[in-house]
Amino acid sequence: MATIATPEVTASPVRHAGSGASALRQVFVIVAKDLRAELRTKEAVNAALAFAIMILVLFSFAFDPAADETKMFAGGLLWIVFAFAGTLVLNRSFARELPNDCLDALIAAPISGAMLFLGKALASYVLVMAVELVALPVFGIFYYVRWYDHFWQMMLVLALGTWAITVVGTVFSALTVNIRLREVMLPMLTYPMLVPALMASMQLTADLVNGKQIWGPDFIWMKVLISFDILYTAASLALVEIVLVG
Amino acid sequence: MHAIAVEGVWKYYGDYPALRDISFTTAPGTCLALIGRNGAGKTTLLRTIAGFSRPMKGKIEILGRQPRETATRRDIGFIGHGIALYDELSAIENLMLYARLYGIPDPRRRALEWLEKTGLERVRDGLVREFSRGMRQRLAVARAFLHEPSVLLLDEPFTALDDRAIAVLQRLLREAGSKSRTIVLSTHQLREALELATHVALLNRGRVAFHGECTAEMAADPGFVYARYGEG
Amino acid sequence: MREKILYLLGVAAFVILARDIFVIARFPPEASQGNAFKIIFFHLPAWAAAFTAVGASLVTSILFLVTKNFQYDAIAVASTEVGVAFLTVGLVTGSLWARPIWGIWWTWDERLTTTLVLWLLYLGYLMLRRAIEEPTQRATFAAVVSIFAFIGVPIDYFSIRWWRTQHPAPVFFSSTGSFPHDWSVVMGWNILAMLMLATVIVAVRLEQEQSQRELDSLRRLAHAF
Repeated sequence: MATIATPEVTASPVRHAGSGASALRQVFVIVAKDLRAELRTKEAVNAALAFAIMILVLFSFAFDPAADETKMFAGGLLWIVFAFAGTLVLNRSFARELPNDCLDALIAAPISGAMLFLGKALASYVLVMAVELVALPVFGIFYYVRWYDHFWQMMLVLALGTWAITVVGTVFSALTVNIRLREVMLPMLTYPMLVPALMASMQLTADLVNGKQIWGPDFIWMKVLISFDILYTAASLALVEIVLVG
Repeated sequence: MHAIAVEGVWKYYGDYPALRDISFTTAPGTCLALIGRNGAGKTTLLRTIAGFSRPMKGKIEILGRQPRETATRRDIGFIGHGIALYDELSAIENLMLYARLYGIPDPRRRALEWLEKTGLERVRDGLVREFSRGMRQRLAVARAFLHEPSVLLLDEPFTALDDRAIAVLQRLLREAGSKSRTIVLSTHQLREALELATHVALLNRGRVAFHGECTAEMAADPGFVYARYGEG
Repeated sequence: MREKILYLLGVAAFVILARDIFVIARFPPEASQGNAFKIIFFHLPAWAAAFTAVGASLVTSILFLVTKNFQYDAIAVASTEVGVAFLTVGLVTGSLWARPIWGIWWTWDERLTTTLVLWLLYLGYLMLRRAIEEPTQRATFAAVVSIFAFIGVPIDYFSIRWWRTQHPAPVFFSSTGSFPHDWSVVMGWNILAMLMLATVIVAVRLEQEQSQRELDSLRRLAHAF
């Protein structure tokens, strides 16, 4: 048995000032960790990329890429590919914290649930965007589609649409991480939720691919996409702490 | 001020009470051994104190603050059933990650310091995936201790450790005790724990059946507390 | 006492619906769509009941997260189930409507599409509950999903509507065109009857939830020994 040493102790002083700066730094720590871990193994991005190319190949049998009509809905096709391939990456987002109970340590750490979520969402965003930026030229080649006519508009749609997929996928990744049938529940919850964002992205991409700009009458879809992104990001930041800590 | 103050805590899983009306306090510098059968609620109690879930009723304060406050979390070190380390990262990458999360000014130096203390400095660039079990456990201890928390919550830390890891852990716990850190460890390994413990608490079916100083009798005969206050 | 009220409410709902069927059958056929148009008398009230139900789900989900009172969780799941049931009625009546008019079993009409998407959203909620054993976690996560799903309701409605204005599809329910007064009255009665029916089913389901929770806790207690 042991004896108590000295009873005089107080709580350690708070170690640093400026909670705003350190919160962002913590987000960066999470982003860096996720990216480093993923780039070591490249499991998720390889699977997602292979899957994306596979879908593009399969679709080429379902629709004739050379036909004029295909150009009409090629834009929509692209987002189906992105949504499905993206889910492979997003599933891993919180699932990678399961081995060795790493999620426990993250919850115990002095990082807020919202910052943890943001870090993971940003890391997934980088990975999904990387997959998409490789799949996009392949898509252009396979389907004879000029996607670069309005390059920066295309990038803008890609950026906003991918964020929608990422934010919804990450928050549901957190929700489904510890439950049964995780691989089934994540898509089951995510896809219906993404309908408006995917519709908007599909319409805008279809426009861009057919030579129209997004500033035209379809600009309303940009508004839909931006509203979707803002609403769901806000809801996720507000609710993710409840999901992580009962 | 108490290091840990638990007052009237009830924790339910649905309608089933896993913790019933738990109340106790721990003075700073105490080493509390939390014992009890499987299913008595040790893990639930530790995790609730650590802030992983909120109790249904009752209050918990750690060093006078709520468990989930950021300042409190910076002051708690937790070891659960898993090692909470990333297999794909190296030992030093893992420790620096946690050092940064906890806002330690010179993460690399602190990480190296703790690799040395746990005897892992030679494998600092090795991936955790390649470590032996004992090495993984020692690194887990480094992770929990490196931000120098005032309160350590350890859930069965001696389970499945090799001798070297047990020695390291005991040494570090004694060191922590000498710095007046508060330790709560749940355990089945009564002998190792009671050597270090200043106090003992016995949980039985979610209730505190006994809480008091660890006497020479208890250290000598670990089964004593069970026999006297518990059930079998 | 409570059971008697529920019984009366249920019987009253059925009586109203039965009477309305007679009244509706005697209405003259609608100009462009004939008698098939009369499905609207059940299609629209089903939608009204569904929308009320998912609204109740949102409110009680938020209340559960705030108060941790499981009674709110029980109401949330009961009303979501009822909501999904009425959405299904909406889908089926929509399909039955499309068949005689267009000869097809489905049309991507904006309202039907919205109904389908909401149906999938809330089906996800129900499937999630199935996948979680532990009651507190189940209630908490379901509440979060319910909030997310409800955010989708207005966004879905407007998005799908804009999509349909750009990509027209067979529309069989135009909101323009006059609706005779006595038809509106019957419609009102039907909406009331559907809401009463919804309330009865929710109440019955609530009791079932309560019993289930008691069973669960007894089972856990038994295991603990």
